[in-house]
Amino acid sequence: MTASTVDIALFAAKLGMVFLAILTLAAYLVFAERRVLAWIQDRKGPNRVGPLGLLQPLADLVKLLTKEDFIPAAADKWLFCLAPAMAAIPAILIFSVIPFGKPLTIAGHQVPLLIADLNVGLLFFLALSSIAVYGVAIGGWASNSKYSLLGGIRGLAQLISYELSMGLSLVPVVMLARSFSLTAIVDAQARIPFILYQPLAFIIFLISITAECKRIPFDIPEAEGELVAGFHTEYSGMRFGLFFVGEYINIIVLGGLATTFFLGGWHGPVLAPVIWFGIKTLVFAFFFIWMRGTLPRLRYDQLMHLGWKLLTPLALLNILATGWWLVAAS
Amino acid sequence: MSVFDDIKGIATGFGVTLRHMLRRPVTIQYPEQKRVPYPRFRARIVLTRDPDGDERCVACYLCSAACPVDCISMQAAQRADGRRYAAWFRINFSRCIFCGLCAEACPTLAIQMTPDYEICKRNIMDLVYEKEDLLIDGCGKDSSYNFYKHSGIGVTQPRGAGLEEKPPVDVRSLMP
Repeated sequence: MTASTVDIALFAAKLGMVFLAILTLAAYLVFAERRVLAWIQDRKGPNRVGPLGLLQPLADLVKLLTKEDFIPAAADKWLFCLAPAMAAIPAILIFSVIPFGKPLTIAGHQVPLLIADLNVGLLFFLALSSIAVYGVAIGGWASNSKYSLLGGIRGLAQLISYELSMGLSLVPVVMLARSFSLTAIVDAQARIPFILYQPLAFIIFLISITAECKRIPFDIPEAEGELVAGFHTEYSGMRFGLFFVGEYINIIVLGGLATTFFLGGWHGPVLAPVIWFGIKTLVFAFFFIWMRGTLPRLRYDQLMHLGWKLLTPLALLNILATGWWLVAAS
Repeated sequence: MSVFDDIKGIATGFGVTLRHMLRRPVTIQYPEQKRVPYPRFRARIVLTRDPDGDERCVACYLCSAACPVDCISMQAAQRADGRRYAAWFRINFSRCIFCGLCAEACPTLAIQMTPDYEICKRNIMDLVYEKEDLLIDGCGKDSSYNFYKHSGIGVTQPRGAGLEEKPPVDVRSLMP
């Protein structure tokens, strides 16, 4: 029996649940960030809307939806409207290749807990994260404002530079797992997560994904002290909201990828696999927030220096070392 | 070595933020929690009465002159016994900066600051306080001071009956 109606229904249910979970999680990540940052700064953070402020994301949504949707007169209207979607959609799409739990068996139907088990899942991720660059660049360019343009160009340079070290830091993972499929990579870590074999690659990947989701200390594309808000200066209402939510979806997705590549994905004792995946991903999200509360922004030349002169050569050396080690071990 | 110093520096920073994350916030949740101000906190201005229950204000205009934002205005008047008072007295709290110079200038301790800081109003005209809004029944910070007992010669008591006054000398009996 090939794709029966039950299979299709199960797939649709899975798709809907993942979509809903990611969007809800992203909205609550905004809230969590505001609360945790407030704690770091000895404040309390938003705690007025609902119990403990838990309905704050809803209030933010209402606010964003009722704001005026403003398009600058000199802006390129089509690209201006397209850019937020180009920033948010690739981030959501990347999640489709992340396995977030052990395959389930429901009523005799095998349900793998990921949307698409691509055998080139890792390349799919790298390709989509490259496409996400267009959202930033086009958004900055189409606004027809000098701050937006500067932000867009900075974003372009930063994302391209750090994609290199991010891709190179994943090569040892592929060498160890002998597969580009994320399911196979997780299966290869059933006993020992790759972070123990590849601590250097993990650190390079962590720094690169921080730059990739434009978080402090790598937030120079939006550097509010210099560029107002960088590439999304001219955006308002839900278009800005889409950029914003896209950024937080990116945090969840990249945290999930770091979990998948280095922390053994959903593998873990006692607790259910989905819960393990969630905990590991949220640890990364917490780390990003913590880092934002701690580190100052890098200067542009320091950013480029770190990316090209330190991370990329280190990642290359790490690939060589892993190769020698694998040959010596076999 | 500098790389290790840098890493140590970054790790120390993370430690500091983690410690602060676990510390009690300094926020005071205003409408529910109210901080109790000190007795000398400078907020809403009042006009006090002397221990006998009379208005202390003698409408000397010193507060109005001292006020840097010109928010105090009044009209002086005089009673039949010679005691001065303010026919009307007005403080515009929408201009007041609560500097306390009026209270410092007051020779009769009539105008005083209280710690009541919650005087927000929906309508800005409600912030213009008239004499009946300002006048309180008590003495404020000094419960014994009565200006006319020390000064105001011959106004509320006969000459020589004041506290620091000596009885008037009969010049005809003052012979060598």
